[in-house]
Amino acid sequence: MRGGRRAERIVRYIAGIVLAAGFARPSAAAQALTPTTDRTAPDFSRVDLDRREVRLEAYRGKVVLLNFWATWCAPCLSEVPRFAEWQRKYGGRGLQIVGVSMDDDEAPVRKACRKLKVNYPVVMGDEKLGELFGGILGLPVTFVIDGNGRIRFRHDGAIDLDALEREVRKLLPRN
Amino acid sequence: MRSGTFRASCLLTFLCVLSGRGYGQQAPAVPSAQLLQPEELVPLLSRSGADRPLVFQVGPRVFYAEAHVPGSEYIGAAAQEPGLQALRDRVKSLPHDRFIVLYCGCCPWTKCPNVRPAYQQLASLGFSRVKVMYIADNFGKDWVAKGYPVEKGR
Repeated sequence: MRGGRRAERIVRYIAGIVLAAGFARPSAAAQALTPTTDRTAPDFSRVDLDRREVRLEAYRGKVVLLNFWATWCAPCLSEVPRFAEWQRKYGGRGLQIVGVSMDDDEAPVRKACRKLKVNYPVVMGDEKLGELFGGILGLPVTFVIDGNGRIRFRHDGAIDLDALEREVRKLLPRN
Repeated sequence: MRSGTFRASCLLTFLCVLSGRGYGQQAPAVPSAQLLQPEELVPLLSRSGADRPLVFQVGPRVFYAEAHVPGSEYIGAAAQEPGLQALRDRVKSLPHDRFIVLYCGCCPWTKCPNVRPAYQQLASLGFSRVKVMYIADNFGKDWVAKGYPVEKGR
């Protein structure tokens, strides 16, 4: 029994070294472009697909999940239904999801939003908005912004949505 | 429980249908001999004349505007017919042995919907010196963050 535990500890130790060697190095994306976390989220104002103004600062006091996506991005499309579910589930507790489509045209975005039953505002992005958020040169990119308007996390690429949900829930006020 | 499973399978089917229609078609059936690593492209950019490849960006315009390989030309997303048509138009008057490099970098290599159709289009037209830049994750991480040269603008 004791030998088994010892063997387990050794295995964990070796696994730790392997993981540290392979993955602990900060990714190039983390070093990339302009640092975007631990600072106040830049404000922007755009008109959404329903022609309503979306101003980021207007959501101050809410936790904002700002998701850059596009209809041609397969990992993005698999995330959107979860975001719509969270908007339903946590909207009353102060979560606001905002989508920024990096598509070149609005028509496919409208179509995809209808099909995916998107229930949060989606605006069309461009290079200016991308640069404002430290460079968006790959999708998806998701920012978690706290109630004080500070960027708490930036996630590049497809992520573990369960972990993201936990991250968001921690920032929401408890009921 | 059963209806939850049913809803989940419907959603999965729907996403598969979307991807099958070109939204998220997986890309990389490009022969490995035709792949070019980002660090291999950099020195080619300083060549002149016919030795300098024509570099075509076959992804979204927004990304091209934010940052692109210096001297590269915006062609358009090759996952869609207008992008492929733009590619055909661009190469119409080129000799078939012209050195061409294609790249996108919109998303991870295995998910990129653009590079494969662009490569296949040029191959089917008889272009013999076509390389595709292998971008593992995206253009931001695999090119910009590595300090390789960039230009901005549409």
